[in-house]
Amino acid sequence: MLRRAALALALCAAGLSAVAEEAPRRVVSINLCTDQIAMQLAAPGQLHSVSWIARDPRSSAMAQEALDYPANHGRAEEIWLMKPDLVLAGTFTSRAAVEMLKRLGTPVVEVAPAYNLDDIPDRIRSIGTALGREPQAEEMIATFEGRLAALRAQVGERPSAALYYANGYTTGDRTLAGEILITAGFDNIAGDTMGGHLPLETLAMADPDAIITGTPYPGASRSEEILEHPVVEAIRDRAASRAVSDSDWICGTPYVLKAIDDLAAFRKGLE
Amino acid sequence: MTRLFVVLATLVILLALAALMVGPADAGVAASLRALLGEGGPLVLVMQEIRLPRMMLGLMIGASLGLSGAALQGYLRNPLAEPGLIGISSSAALGAVIAIQTGLAAAFALALPLMALAFALLAVVILLALSGTRRGDTLTLILAGIAISATSGALTQLVLNLSPNPFATSEIVFWLMGSLADRSMTHVALAAPFMGLGFLLMAGLGRSLDALTLGEDAAESMGVNLSRLRLRVVIGTACVVGAGTAVAGAIGFIGLVVPHLLRPFTGHRPGPLLWASALGGAAMLLAADVAVRVTLPDRDLKLGVLTALVGAPFFLHLIWRNRRARA
Amino acid sequence: MTLLSVDSLSVSLRGREIFRDVSFDIAPGELVGLIGPNGAGKTTLMRAALGLIGAAGQSSLAALSATDRARQAAWMPQAREIAWPVTVEALVALGRLPHGGGGPADHAAIVAAIERMALTELQQRTATRLSGGEQARALIARALAQETPLLMADEPTAGLDPAHQISTMEVFADLAAAGQGVLLSLHDLGLAARHCTRLLLLAEGRLLADGPPEAVLTPDLLARAFHITAHHAQTPDGPVFQPLSVIR
Repeated sequence: MLRRAALALALCAAGLSAVAEEAPRRVVSINLCTDQIAMQLAAPGQLHSVSWIARDPRSSAMAQEALDYPANHGRAEEIWLMKPDLVLAGTFTSRAAVEMLKRLGTPVVEVAPAYNLDDIPDRIRSIGTALGREPQAEEMIATFEGRLAALRAQVGERPSAALYYANGYTTGDRTLAGEILITAGFDNIAGDTMGGHLPLETLAMADPDAIITGTPYPGASRSEEILEHPVVEAIRDRAASRAVSDSDWICGTPYVLKAIDDLAAFRKGLE
Repeated sequence: MTRLFVVLATLVILLALAALMVGPADAGVAASLRALLGEGGPLVLVMQEIRLPRMMLGLMIGASLGLSGAALQGYLRNPLAEPGLIGISSSAALGAVIAIQTGLAAAFALALPLMALAFALLAVVILLALSGTRRGDTLTLILAGIAISATSGALTQLVLNLSPNPFATSEIVFWLMGSLADRSMTHVALAAPFMGLGFLLMAGLGRSLDALTLGEDAAESMGVNLSRLRLRVVIGTACVVGAGTAVAGAIGFIGLVVPHLLRPFTGHRPGPLLWASALGGAAMLLAADVAVRVTLPDRDLKLGVLTALVGAPFFLHLIWRNRRARA
Repeated sequence: MTLLSVDSLSVSLRGREIFRDVSFDIAPGELVGLIGPNGAGKTTLMRAALGLIGAAGQSSLAALSATDRARQAAWMPQAREIAWPVTVEALVALGRLPHGGGGPADHAAIVAAIERMALTELQQRTATRLSGGEQARALIARALAQETPLLMADEPTAGLDPAHQISTMEVFADLAAAGQGVLLSLHDLGLAARHCTRLLLLAEGRLLADGPPEAVLTPDLLARAFHITAHHAQTPDGPVFQPLSVIR
């Protein structure tokens, strides 16, 4: 998957360099994660628009900054009318729009999501290259790696923890969230997996030292009701509990360092 | 008849025990039962707060669906009448979704079953107004049911799509297919009083429904109060289907399949079919819920998927027979 | 003593008057035929007398509670509805519902009704799979099992072959002879003339005649009510009535 994404990126970048040697001047990003990295890397005036989700503080770590850019909804027509000379997209989002834009001749760079912490420098570098901002990207990567190494060094005691989300979903070690948890010094009860549906019974039997849930969204949903199930409440009463803001966790950006930092502080509180 | 009762009751008890024993937390029978009574670490939580409410809801909702299916069929003298098929369940689901999305249910817990009940009631009243109680008017009944299902299904999707909560949209499946996963005693307590009321209203209808075998006029001349009978069927169905749907979504086909299977064993008499279908419905839903957990333990396979897989061919078979009987 | 007393009964349905000021009594031992042209309101009159539809005027049955009425009069609607494939025995047993059902008296009544309608051979058969005539007999047996002083039936002989028409009428005649009262609506004036002790002629929105068959089936009344002429004679084999022609 990663290799294929990298290949696609390389091909796109190759095509791109043939069309326009110099850096793009009017970039539209249509994916929450490319939005955030682009906002940090782009030269003034280079980034024209970001996705509307980037303005949502529940999902975006840079909601405030995103207000400075016109929002788009990832639809081919509106993006075409923005006349971008580069579109930054994810590999899973707005597929139909991406295909349409490519057919219309708009250069599109697709960036795969970060599946773990090691992917993050790679993604930053890809976007930096696409924007023609390689030095800024390398600087950002260096800062990121330095801070990450510092955080990794601090781990002592490892309490067990469960990541528990709406609909009874969990994520395992082989995910970005899982790595954040490990790096912050926890053992994930979901183990060395991608995660998936964690039956309430399994959670109850695992009886973790800490339970980490997402912040509920406004408006009721049956999916989130499970976070108030008597079993979850019982574990919460007995163990430590923490609701984390999703915005720092969703994307592979340097903001995950903040997530690790917060979580590590929570863990130290348990000792 | 006594033998049928013993067989069905035994089946229900065995399946209820099986429902208590099946789950991802692998524990022996003895340990599970001890945990149910309160000893044995985290397993206590599993038994008392996860499996017990799940089993109880399966029992209650299955019995409700069986009973209301038998009552509706007896009253309409139509073997195709079923709460799911004719739109009562999906209407109740709409009521429940509105109660949740408007925040009514959060402010006042009973608003959830009450809204579902009110919408179920509305659906039954519309159905009776459209199709009347003329015998064998299957076509009108089914068409009216399709119309009500489509409308309430669409409105459910609309309400969930308009929700600011990103999870709401994915819940359409739950409301349309039903599931007993991760329910708690709170849900049992919410549904129980309304189901109890519905059972009280419908359990005593046997003689009236028997008399209705001869048509409304003859039944009335034999002392059946038709308007009271109608009221009890309508409110009883709305109570049990509304309460069940509010906590577990719209589970289809149980009310169709169970009375159909048991009818020959009760001599095709609608009266004894009432209690037989209540027991049979409980057995079938418990069996379905065990099957869901055994076949795909890692996925939350929706109960309605399974009941529809079993029930839809039955439905086709019934239509086929209906057609042949008329030709 | 009367089994049914109807006094000044009038019915209007959807603003249209069906009949007005109908009065008659039925005593034990009577087999009363209610005759009249199509649309005269024979069914409506019987249902109004039972209290199944609203009417102005008095009817002794309509005044009773539903349970008491069910023990006083059995009613067989014209539509021979059997909604579920129950056995003949179970069908007949439905007649015992007003009495509680299930006791030894109930069982005796069911057996007697089945025997009286010669259904013993058929009692374990599925009622909905019987022929039309057999179904009609089973439904009469159901009404008999109700063991009421008064039996009311709407067109009980419709669709039966001659033998079953006659034997059905003889069952009703026997019941009357044994002291019950019977009120039947009939289209077949021949059967009415031969078997009924008394006829009620409903036409022109009122009770046009009430009396023994020879007093009701007069050329004058037949012309007025049915627009027909008929041959009506007393023979050594009993009264014979045969409609002959339509008066235009």
